[in-house]
Amino acid sequence: MSDPAVDPEEVRHVADLARVDLADDEIERFTEQFVDILDAFEALDDVPETEREADLSNVMRPDETRESLSQEEALQNASDTEEGQFKGPKVS
Amino acid sequence: MTAQASEARELAAVIGLEVHVQLETETKIFCGCSTDVADAEPNTHTCPVCLGLPGALPVVNEGAVEAAVKVGKAIDADIPEETTFHRKNYYYPDLPKNFQITQYDSPICQDGKLEFSVEGERRSVDIRRAHLEEDPGSIKHVREGSGPLESRTCSIERADYTLIDYNRAGTPLMEIVTEPDFRAPGEVRSFLEKLEEVLEYLGVFDATRDGSLRIDANLSMVDAGEVDDAGDIDESVLEDANRTEVKNISSHKGAEQALSFEASRQRKLIQSGRAVEQETRHFNETHGNTVSMRSKEEEKDYRYFREADLPPLRVSHWKDEVPIPELPDARRERFVTEYGLSEEAASKLTSTKQVADFFEDVAERFDANLAATWVADNLLGELNYRDMAITDIDDRFDEVTRLVELVAEDEITAKNAHETVLREMLDTGDDPDTVVDREGLGKTSGDEVQQAVVDAIDENPDAVEDYHNGEDGAINFLVGQVMQKTGGSADPGDVNGLLREELES
Ligand SMILES: [Zn+2]
Repeated sequence: MSDPAVDPEEVRHVADLARVDLADDEIERFTEQFVDILDAFEALDDVPETEREADLSNVMRPDETRESLSQEEALQNASDTEEGQFKGPKVS
Repeated sequence: MTAQASEARELAAVIGLEVHVQLETETKIFCGCSTDVADAEPNTHTCPVCLGLPGALPVVNEGAVEAAVKVGKAIDADIPEETTFHRKNYYYPDLPKNFQITQYDSPICQDGKLEFSVEGERRSVDIRRAHLEEDPGSIKHVREGSGPLESRTCSIERADYTLIDYNRAGTPLMEIVTEPDFRAPGEVRSFLEKLEEVLEYLGVFDATRDGSLRIDANLSMVDAGEVDDAGDIDESVLEDANRTEVKNISSHKGAEQALSFEASRQRKLIQSGRAVEQETRHFNETHGNTVSMRSKEEEKDYRYFREADLPPLRVSHWKDEVPIPELPDARRERFVTEYGLSEEAASKLTSTKQVADFFEDVAERFDANLAATWVADNLLGELNYRDMAITDIDDRFDEVTRLVELVAEDEITAKNAHETVLREMLDTGDDPDTVVDREGLGKTSGDEVQQAVVDAIDENPDAVEDYHNGEDGAINFLVGQVMQKTGGSADPGDVNGLLREELES
């Protein structure tokens, strides 16, 4: 917590994990923004603890089938499809 | 390398497993979509929850939790007071939410064990944890082209694009993690067989489902001298040894093959003075080898955090409430004491719940020994010879029972029942009565046998003379003649008696 330093390397790594391609100048900009954002979150350290909501537990549903979406409905937001499947770029 | 040096580096394999099994439920783990996707069109078993649409809320399937508790009971694990779900974050198209809901620091089952036997020797492996999680969707790697899709699916390296079917996304899985207690690939295979057997007994697993069993195995080599008499190895030794994680194993046989390959690969590296790299490797089932996989993610990169949409489960008391059936070990022991079977027969008969249930059904109706011979020896033997499993004929138990009845009531001989009727039943799909009629195997009536005895004596005066001269072979010759006349349907013992009576009169 006390070490909010974010370096460009870390930004690059996080971007890789999220499969986001960043240009060098973006890396620089995001590094600064990361630091700002983490600083902003530090404000939360000063928020007093309050009563928590009553604990929920064992929220379950019976093992009973419900109707699924149709194939058309399932695919309606997809930018590209083929033979009833979502189509995307190749992966590595 | 000198003989002495290689002796000094005698190595022992240390193996641990992560076994993913699909739990048999009607619906997915966090939504009501059916898990019955075997012949379904792609993306016809999805909803906003399993497609990861914004705002959709997961709700845990009680059936999946119950199945997990059953597994916990069967492996003698602790079910903690409270168990929670976490998000495991990574980006891959089979994961529509960009995270997988799984369990992290409070799995539903902890500290269990499973006993099994390897080449007749009892072994026990500790199970560190078993947790619930959701399965991702199914991915196809595809090349561009004009041919049908099936002809263009290819390896990941050659692909131009990806197709995704989310029917399987959200199927409940249980990941069972063992301690590194295995010392040989063969032990792993025996363990997996036993695990599957137990899960099937519990009714929470179906081995015939595609992709219902997936295994990741880790293996390292240590100096054989580090293994103490109890087979244990010091923690620090294990930590120092570089281990590889082998992924993409989907069968018992595959596990044994992958680990044998990996053990000899590591042994060669170490014995030639090189280091084993700590890495993830991919098992290629076709080639029987393992290849290095570039792995980009480390454990910390998954950024696990609590799944806030799922309140914790408090189900430790279910352990007393959820019943489980008699498990294979207990059943095997009962078969020995209750039916007086040999250990070997009892083991065969309890290898799957279906076989054991069928045996008990037959034993109750006729006789335990007859049932054991028919189920353990004849039926399983003939199935095995044909590379068939009990599940291939589980809709024909009535027919097999009828066949045993024909034998029990002395309507056909045991030999004909086994060697002709059973075999034809399996090869042609006909029922036993049809085969008996077609082959004329019904036991010949007493009159016909008597007539055949008289005829055989009349037609073979030489043999009769030999018999009276005390030649042992003569009676066998005459029995053979009678058997031939009756088409093999007479009882040879009876024929022998009838012949002697006739000859002495
Ligand atoms: Zn769904």
